[in-house]
Amino acid sequence: MQDKLILRVVAKWLIPVIILFAFYVQFHGDYSPGGGFQAGVIFSSAFLLYSLVYGLESAIKVLPDHWLKVAACFGVLLYAGVGVVAMLMGGNFLDYSALASEPVAGQHIGIILIELGVGITVGSVMLLIFFTFARRVLPK
Amino acid sequence: MMQQISILLVVLPLLAAPITALVRGKNLAWLITFVLTVVCFGISLWILMDVTTGRVIHYELGGWQPPWGIVYTIDSLNALVALIVSGIAAATMLYAPRSVEKEIPDHLIPMFYAMFQLCLLGLLGIALTGDVFNLFVFLEISSLSSYALISLGKNRKALFASFNYLILGTIGATFFLLGVGMLYAASGSLNMADIQTRFAEFENLQLVSTALMFIVVGIALKAAVFPLHSWLPASYSYAPSTVSIFLAATATKVAVYALIRCLFDVFPMQYWLEMLPTIMITLGSVAVIYGSVRAIQQTGMRRLLAYSSVAQIGYMIIGIGLINESGMTSTLLHLFNHALMKAALFMVAGIYLLRANSTELDDLYGLGKDMPYAFSAMVIAGLSLIGVPGTVGFISKWYLLEGAMQTDHWGVVIVILVGSILAIAYVWKLVEALYFAAPQKPRVQNVDSGSDTIAKSPMLMLVATWLIVIANIYFGIDTELSLGAASDAVRSLLGTGA
Repeated sequence: MQDKLILRVVAKWLIPVIILFAFYVQFHGDYSPGGGFQAGVIFSSAFLLYSLVYGLESAIKVLPDHWLKVAACFGVLLYAGVGVVAMLMGGNFLDYSALASEPVAGQHIGIILIELGVGITVGSVMLLIFFTFARRVLPK
Repeated sequence: MMQQISILLVVLPLLAAPITALVRGKNLAWLITFVLTVVCFGISLWILMDVTTGRVIHYELGGWQPPWGIVYTIDSLNALVALIVSGIAAATMLYAPRSVEKEIPDHLIPMFYAMFQLCLLGLLGIALTGDVFNLFVFLEISSLSSYALISLGKNRKALFASFNYLILGTIGATFFLLGVGMLYAASGSLNMADIQTRFAEFENLQLVSTALMFIVVGIALKAAVFPLHSWLPASYSYAPSTVSIFLAATATKVAVYALIRCLFDVFPMQYWLEMLPTIMITLGSVAVIYGSVRAIQQTGMRRLLAYSSVAQIGYMIIGIGLINESGMTSTLLHLFNHALMKAALFMVAGIYLLRANSTELDDLYGLGKDMPYAFSAMVIAGLSLIGVPGTVGFISKWYLLEGAMQTDHWGVVIVILVGSILAIAYVWKLVEALYFAAPQKPRVQNVDSGSDTIAKSPMLMLVATWLIVIANIYFGIDTELSLGAASDAVRSLLGTGA
């Protein structure tokens, strides 16, 4: 689709907006509907659009598979890590209240970090799945 | 202290799996997995020792109180299942490196081990949780990772088997989730203990009996109970050997555990006492005969063992259906014992696969003579499968017979005896092919050129196999650990005194 001028221009404008919206859903998730999963999917959709319009090759140049894999693992580790830190600070696994001196602040820190882990993993796994299938269909 | 340690069974694999997935070297990946499984085994042994005194460990995740939060309640039944899973995982990992090296492409090996850890995580989670929705989540974690693990088999049919399992497994999970959803709609709670205590409030709702049916059918599919077993033989016979050992020994057992937990600790026993036991005894009996007969017809060693698993699951279902102390004890014992037998037998099959590149019986004719250690291990595990006194198989069959006689189910007694005779037939089929049949001309095209793998069985594989075989005999003679935990669990399930 590289020759479709309108698509290219619109995509160029849309992609930053989509990413911005993903960040909004991500970081406002503890106050409003949303959270890591939704944000991850929205975030990955920006890159899906990019690779549909500008070609798979250029998308993979921006986000190599290896880094996506690292990111997917890092998200899980962040999630589990927060739980373990809570355990080390005297609470149960994933007991955010133990994360700060004040329970409410602890809950905030905990939920933000956990959702960040979920978002990173979901976003990168979505892209990994897309790239894996896309490579099978498209000639290299 | 003990409480914080109990959660480590789930947390450690969760931490280790992503790390393993990122590791480059296959030896390092194996080492991490091996250490992890041994640590998990140690922890679950410790927990079992702790809870057999009658104590129940409660762990509230995130510090949220039940029934709102997720709670892990660990009694002897949970601890026994966790012990089976982590013990078999440790033995499998001891066995794994050579076989994985041969069957899995090098660049996928770290991913393979990571997936194995996730599967372990799921199964341990099912074993520990006291929350029905959490149980579903762990069921999915273990199932999704096992689909991926099975699809890695060298044979091209592995992909098809895995896809078949994926479709059926997803249907099973969906049924279970629908059931849980209906139960939640009726009760407003997902906590097992809470649902059970408040059961009288909503037991008249049609929704609740529908929920029961959905849950039972869903788990029965996962446990490969007779008419829903069709995914099992192909998956186990085309999966990589390491995977078929681990899954054959643990996955269906854990599903049977989930069935027991849902039937006794979510729904009260009186609720389903009139409809389910007859169905379970009938299906179990058919499974025993059908599985054994199909096992005799098979020409591949792993396929034969897989059909025998269908039959053995039949025994477990009969044991639940008898609704008496001996029957229930036999089911729980058989969870433990069958894991030991099948692990040993699939380990031997894995050794043959490594050395002869095949588990088809006519490729293996006469190989038993060249591989005395592997062959004798197979014979002992086979005897245990038949139920010869002095092996673990005898103990569980004995209790099952006792339970059937106490409740006047003479049909079941006959089924057990016929099942044992059929078991002799299919174990003999293996022995005959491996030892007495004349060796055929070796199929050269099946052997990787320039490898000496055919020359001798790897030491670690033999050690792991023999450890399990010795356990087969040890727990057939000293039943204190397994029987103690099982009868303790039965008392709390059936509510017959503490």
